[in-house]
Amino acid sequence: MDPYWVIFLKALVMSVLLLGGFAYLTWLQRRLLARFQHRIGPNRTGWEGLLQPIADAIKMIFKQDVTPTHADKVVFILAPGISVVFALVAFGAIPAGPANSLFGMDPWIVDLDIGLLYVLATTSIGVYGIFLGGWAANSKYSLLGSLRSSAQIISYELGLGLSVLSVIMIAGTLNLREIVEINVWSVSPLLWPGLLVALFAFWISATAEVSNVPFDLPEAEQELVAGYITEYSSLKFALFFMAEYVGMITASAFISTLFLGGWKGPGFVDALVPGMSEWPFVWLFLKIFVLLTIFIWLQASLMRFRYDQLMRFGWVWLFEIALGAALLTGAVIAFVL
Amino acid sequence: MYTALFMLFLAAGFIGVAALAITFVTGPKKTPQTATLEAYEAGIPAAGDARERFPIHFYLVAMLFIIFDLETAFFYPLAIRFQEAPQYLFWNALVFVAILGVGYVYVLRRGVLDWR
Repeated sequence: MDPYWVIFLKALVMSVLLLGGFAYLTWLQRRLLARFQHRIGPNRTGWEGLLQPIADAIKMIFKQDVTPTHADKVVFILAPGISVVFALVAFGAIPAGPANSLFGMDPWIVDLDIGLLYVLATTSIGVYGIFLGGWAANSKYSLLGSLRSSAQIISYELGLGLSVLSVIMIAGTLNLREIVEINVWSVSPLLWPGLLVALFAFWISATAEVSNVPFDLPEAEQELVAGYITEYSSLKFALFFMAEYVGMITASAFISTLFLGGWKGPGFVDALVPGMSEWPFVWLFLKIFVLLTIFIWLQASLMRFRYDQLMRFGWVWLFEIALGAALLTGAVIAFVL
Repeated sequence: MYTALFMLFLAAGFIGVAALAITFVTGPKKTPQTATLEAYEAGIPAAGDARERFPIHFYLVAMLFIIFDLETAFFYPLAIRFQEAPQYLFWNALVFVAILGVGYVYVLRRGVLDWR
């Protein structure tokens, strides 16, 4: 284990990297969406528009910071902070490589025995930022937007919680590092159907958790203006977006860690370069990149749910599918293996 | 192990506080007009504030969430130890799901999730 000041520095670097990841994720999103729609997208600021996120950040920082008179001042200011802090903190438990592979340091911030629960818990605390922000703004659009968002997020938490059960049953641990070491797919092909359904349910729940299309009800601007961020301006507005995009990155990393082998690469690359599948960071980064691209692809392809359909889908379909997947995996372990 | 977690929260909290401080310091300081400071309601003067009644469905969803998410959380210890006595634990889980299912079907039949 590393000394504490090293851990602090690593956590700081991770946070800054995640924020940089957020900035360039917006760039990637705008460029890709433009391509999907036969446009060009931002390409003026820097080479291929690569300086666009920095220009946006500077603009955000120097905008006037308005707090409405009727707002609950303290909570109004704290809410974006809560959102972004818990979004950043969630990533810390995800391992990015084998022990001691980052110049002799461990490529993770904390190695928790309850890592899986920790990531689930911290990502769901983010809902406090959304709810408190919308409530404190004391505007009808904000309030309705935040109610909708938080109801949506807590509803899909059920699917999220139930679909990881298959992984836990196979791995027998909540430690994310050990889950990657075990690699749930390698245990037995008979477990694949349960795992596939669980992966499917988990992916959909995670999409809803980060409010990505087709679950982007918080951004239903025709009905809600901008949802819970209606009254926010300047960097506080940006903080909510940071939290959302960092949430997308964390969700991708979490899906990779639980279901797609985490930081490990596919075995066949070892034939090309020995030890290549053990390279730290590379594989996790690639997997996150692919999953994020799929998130953006969904944005270009799908339409938004209606709110009652969304709730029904989460409570009826996803709940039952996720529970079914867990029971299927359990039955296979108990009676076939 | 948990001191490391504290360090992580310290670093993330630092970023959060720094961002809030930056937005407090930078940006124009001139006093905004009264209309700017009002709650946004599509450009017309705001009719009252947002401390009003809202649909009860949100309360129901919150309550159901607590019940069902807790019940999901009860599965976790069982799932971790599942391989030690798979058949015995599987039947136990089924009994638990049956009890949970009664409540679930009741809630659905009562139309709690009908948003109309």
